[in-house]
Amino acid sequence: MTFRNLRRKALNNVMLSITGIFALMTVSSLFLILAYLVYNGGRSIDLDFFTELPKSTGEVGGGMANAILGSAEIVGFAALIGLPIGFFTGVYLAEWGGATFSFLVRYMADLLNGVPSVVIGICTWTIVVRPMHTASGIAGGIALSLMLIPIMAKNTEQFLREVPRTLREGALALGAARWQTIATVVVPAARKGIMTGAILGIARIAGESAPLLFTSLNNQFWSNPFHEPTASLPVMIYTHAIAPFDDWHRQAWAAGLVLLVLVLAANIAARWIMSRGHAAVRG
Amino acid sequence: MTVQPPVAAPAIVPPAAKLRAKGVNFYYGSFKALHDISLEFPANQVTALIGPSGCGKSTFLRSLNRISETVSGTRIEGEITLDGEDVLKMDVTSLRRRVGMVFQRPNPFPKTIFENVAYGIRVNGLAKRSEVADVVEKSLRGAALWDEVRDKLNTSALALSGGQQQRLCIARGLAVGPEVLLLDEPCSALDPIATAKIEDLLVALRSQCTIVIVTHNMQQAARVADHTGFFLLGRLIEHDRTDVIFRNPSKKETEDYITGRFG
Repeated sequence: MTFRNLRRKALNNVMLSITGIFALMTVSSLFLILAYLVYNGGRSIDLDFFTELPKSTGEVGGGMANAILGSAEIVGFAALIGLPIGFFTGVYLAEWGGATFSFLVRYMADLLNGVPSVVIGICTWTIVVRPMHTASGIAGGIALSLMLIPIMAKNTEQFLREVPRTLREGALALGAARWQTIATVVVPAARKGIMTGAILGIARIAGESAPLLFTSLNNQFWSNPFHEPTASLPVMIYTHAIAPFDDWHRQAWAAGLVLLVLVLAANIAARWIMSRGHAAVRG
Repeated sequence: MTVQPPVAAPAIVPPAAKLRAKGVNFYYGSFKALHDISLEFPANQVTALIGPSGCGKSTFLRSLNRISETVSGTRIEGEITLDGEDVLKMDVTSLRRRVGMVFQRPNPFPKTIFENVAYGIRVNGLAKRSEVADVVEKSLRGAALWDEVRDKLNTSALALSGGQQQRLCIARGLAVGPEVLLLDEPCSALDPIATAKIEDLLVALRSQCTIVIVTHNMQQAARVADHTGFFLLGRLIEHDRTDVIFRNPSKKETEDYITGRFG
């Protein structure tokens, strides 16, 4: 009796410790990356990084101002294209989709979500860059939007489905048409969740380098993102990290830190919006 | 509109039917939930539908404004008329504007109190911008809620108590000027005081519209309804004046249910 109990208690503690250790490993790996980036990036970052153009090969100093702006432009294009398409696809899936067609669309979205990002880069190169005869910021934006669409669609669908049926019925029972019900009651009720998903989706694609390698390429100077190769932070990190110059490595760390801070800020903002969202829905 | 006897004595001479169902069958997929229901709802009277859980009374109520057809795989047969017009062929949005509904659980929109009541007016384009506030006030007064919320019209409707939320849902329904108001167990989530308020309200609202209420609570039917229909296993067993149903039912099933022998 007591022995059994002791054994059960001991086993309980062992299992608890094992799960705890693995949980600790997960958390510590994140903190390790963070600490390493802050240590290396923090030493390298200065005002020049945000205001100066990259110096030519071999020269010391300079910054990545053009890549910061370029990333903003490329991600902005991706958001302008991907968020509306993804949003309306999600609305269709949640509200209208007939069984067969919805299944197809959902399946395609899943597939698109699973396409390796480097493949998306090659495809966009074929479809956009070749006909345009130049890499450009907009081509990079299109490549990233292909990654954003399925994320946004799935997320929108999920949050719309969570809106209680009774709320839809309440609007329909007042003589609202179906599209009115969706536009004035269902989507507003899911607004916070959808916005959160949009921010997380953007944060997710902002760090992608592979789709940009073939599409927006890179640039040492300011550029017109509509018809010139455009610099971005992820590609800058890549080119600087593989270069044989210490000063470029320094810059790559700084760029990594800036990117990470932006993504973390987006995550925190998303969580903040979401926590307010639930308070509002539940009263 | 309807032919009223010169001396109003509605309990003795029932006025003309506002809403009429004839031979209604209802299916969820292959399951037949309603069998040949024929029932008339006299204008400006309260009709209660009672019966044990799953007897089809809510399904029947939900087919009267065709909210039932928003569930996929359902099918309805038979005839439902509103002032002689075929409900099943009518434009569904204008039908639902004329036949309002209050649900089992209060379902205010996550908007302000004002916007909740104004919603139906806005989506139907029923009033000019300048008149919306008047209609909102009138509707809230009609639902006996005005005095409690007049100072906080721009706060969230979700901050109200359950009973207040349900009266807000009634006000929301009244704002579009319905001719018929359907209520699906409107008090099942409320405490006795909130319930009493809603019941008083229903009796008062009779003068404005025809009321159909589904209720689990037989005392409630006895308190508020002029007429009562008893449903059992998807069939309408008996339908008569409320006092007759409760004092002198003609079917044994009705008597068994009323006296609490089952259900």
